[in-house]
Amino acid sequence: MPTLYQQFMQSMMPILPEAIVIIVGLTVLVFDFFIEKERKSLLGWYSLAGITIAAYASYTLMPMSGVFFGGTFHFDPFATFFNFVFYIACGLGILVSINYLEVEDIHRGEYYALMLFATSGMMFMASAGDLIILYLGLELMALSIYILAGFMRGSNRSNEAAIKYLILGAFSSGIMLYGMSLLYGLAGTTNLSGILAFLRVADLSNPVIFLAMIMLTVSFGFKVAAAPFHMWVPDVYEGAPTSVTAFMSAGPKVAGFAVLLRVFLYTFEPLREHSTAILAGLAVLTMAVGNVMALSQTNIKRMLAYSSIAHAGYALVGLAAGGPDGAASVMLYVLIYAFMNMGAFGVVIMLRKAGERGEEISDFAGLGKTNKTAAFLMLIFMFSLTGIPPLAGFIGKFYIFKSAVQAGLVWLAVAGVLFSAISAYFYLRVIMVMYMHEPKESIELSSAPSLALALAISVTAVIVIGVYPTDLLNYARASIAGIM
Amino acid sequence: MIPLSWYIILSAALFTIGIVGVLSRRNIFIILMSMELMLNAANINLVAFSHYSQTLTGQIFVMFVITVAAAEAAVALAIIILLSRNRGSIYVDEFNIMKG
Amino acid sequence: MVNQVIFFYFAVVILASAILTITQRNPIHSVMFMLLLFFHIAGVFVLLNAEFLAAVQLIVYAGAILILYLFVVMLLNVDRESTAARANRFWPWMAGFGVVIAAEVILLIVRGTFPSEAGQQPMRLAGSGVKELGELLYQKYLVPFEVASIILLVGLVGAVMLAKKRASD
Repeated sequence: MPTLYQQFMQSMMPILPEAIVIIVGLTVLVFDFFIEKERKSLLGWYSLAGITIAAYASYTLMPMSGVFFGGTFHFDPFATFFNFVFYIACGLGILVSINYLEVEDIHRGEYYALMLFATSGMMFMASAGDLIILYLGLELMALSIYILAGFMRGSNRSNEAAIKYLILGAFSSGIMLYGMSLLYGLAGTTNLSGILAFLRVADLSNPVIFLAMIMLTVSFGFKVAAAPFHMWVPDVYEGAPTSVTAFMSAGPKVAGFAVLLRVFLYTFEPLREHSTAILAGLAVLTMAVGNVMALSQTNIKRMLAYSSIAHAGYALVGLAAGGPDGAASVMLYVLIYAFMNMGAFGVVIMLRKAGERGEEISDFAGLGKTNKTAAFLMLIFMFSLTGIPPLAGFIGKFYIFKSAVQAGLVWLAVAGVLFSAISAYFYLRVIMVMYMHEPKESIELSSAPSLALALAISVTAVIVIGVYPTDLLNYARASIAGIM
Repeated sequence: MIPLSWYIILSAALFTIGIVGVLSRRNIFIILMSMELMLNAANINLVAFSHYSQTLTGQIFVMFVITVAAAEAAVALAIIILLSRNRGSIYVDEFNIMKG
Repeated sequence: MVNQVIFFYFAVVILASAILTITQRNPIHSVMFMLLLFFHIAGVFVLLNAEFLAAVQLIVYAGAILILYLFVVMLLNVDRESTAARANRFWPWMAGFGVVIAAEVILLIVRGTFPSEAGQQPMRLAGSGVKELGELLYQKYLVPFEVASIILLVGLVGAVMLAKKRASD
């Protein structure tokens, strides 16, 4: 007979990783009082240790699978896969932040706590088995990131980014909530499996079902920055502190795709024909807007913002393709995207020294001569974002387009390849500026051990995944098997 | 006996009024209040469905929505205070340092 | 019949005060119309047998959130209200768009069917339903409940951190 304590611990096991992340976040808030201003980086390393422990917990709990807490919470390989991506996004995000916060003089403990809370929100989104927990996880993530975007209190640009993100984020969650309320009205339950059971037997000519689906698509389009719901992205990415932009471009977007995968490929499975058309249309529009608008940008953060819109478009191609292959290719893609995007932003952060911004593409002029390592890293990340073999970005795109062809969406794959070709222009322009232009002045880069570690991890991952993608792809396939 | 569809029509109308408010006003306070209208529209839906489907889930959902609305309002108003302190404006179309 | 008349009263006041909320020039007036709106939404909740939520609506929404708005509006005391343009230059388009959306949503909802409509049997609960709500909240919806507490904490930390006067930086 287990004691009450044992029973309690047993029933809490499924949310152990989330609980660890939240507890570390809470203790960061407490420790913040006792740590003087010069040594706040300790909190960063402490949060990183917490993320590592949570990752270890996820790893040891991997054999467990099931639905817990009255059907509201899934603990399955799918959620665990995404949890690992969130740990990577959060861990790299913390590493690129430690030095940046020092340079910007905004080193406060709340930063790390909010980052951890945002991560736990994403984890709840990926594990959600119920619309309620989905909504709350999303709001936890979004609310933390609104605050992070406005973290530079004295900066007009940061304030503006925060309010724009908040208005559009709250607007889209209002739409989502209305869609969810309609789904609840239809199915009589907020449980994702319950809604699936309802849709299997429902009369699909009922227009309310489509109204609800379109409302959810619109709101998640906002979250993953799909066109035509992308208007906020460039301004928010430019105005927010660069380390937050890096985190924002990886974390919430991946979480959005986790939800899209679970909702569209699992819950909305009976609506497959209709959702494919919607998602394919969104994918083409998103790739077009992202790649074409990126051509004319002079600010590197804005360019990467449009590039992140374009990459959402590629991932949507995989989502439109659907099926286990499509889903696995999306999962592989978002993982690779997290690494290469974090790396690219890491190099941008290297250029940020007190007194100069280092955010214009022209600031990269001559970097190939003045700092060979930084220029080479940027070269790798830009090549990977373009999708040049043998780097990871190529592998990601390859599997996405392959799954689209297999699903009979050849035109979509062709469009994706064409837009990738366009994207080569603006990514390679950065490389050209670095290697062909003369340096304006000698730039001294900020190099901190944390930033170097983040870049080393990203560049290794981009190269290794590019050369040996098979194991990871098989892992993604195995993870998706549980829900499809 | 009030038919379910009456409640849904009421909430749909309220929801659209909220959307129009968000999209057309310049004053940031009124934009935020319009968002509250959207949330309230969804709440009416949830409670009505809860009543007619004889499950309490909808009411639980509404409680969470109100919680989130409170937290969101607090953060939004803090950012507005910052903006008006730094910029002296509460009109969204004047928040345009970044363009390109 | 009586219920229907009461519903009509609530619906008319809700829609009228919603329109007034988004058209007022002065945000303080908007807040006042919002207050009226929240009271009538609470009334709708009572019609739907959700007395506890009606109380929550009044205490939290009207009593806390709205007062917060009122505080900040008065704190900032923006004096350009009387002259500045109310709406952005797209407003006629947006209003038209809103009418179209409303018509479409209502049409779809009227043409659609809700399975729960068939029964039309209102919920019967012993007492006010607070006990049942509490049991659901602390058992089935325990995880969302905990997440909600973290959301409130984030709201608290964020509001204090952002709006605090700059002492340190």
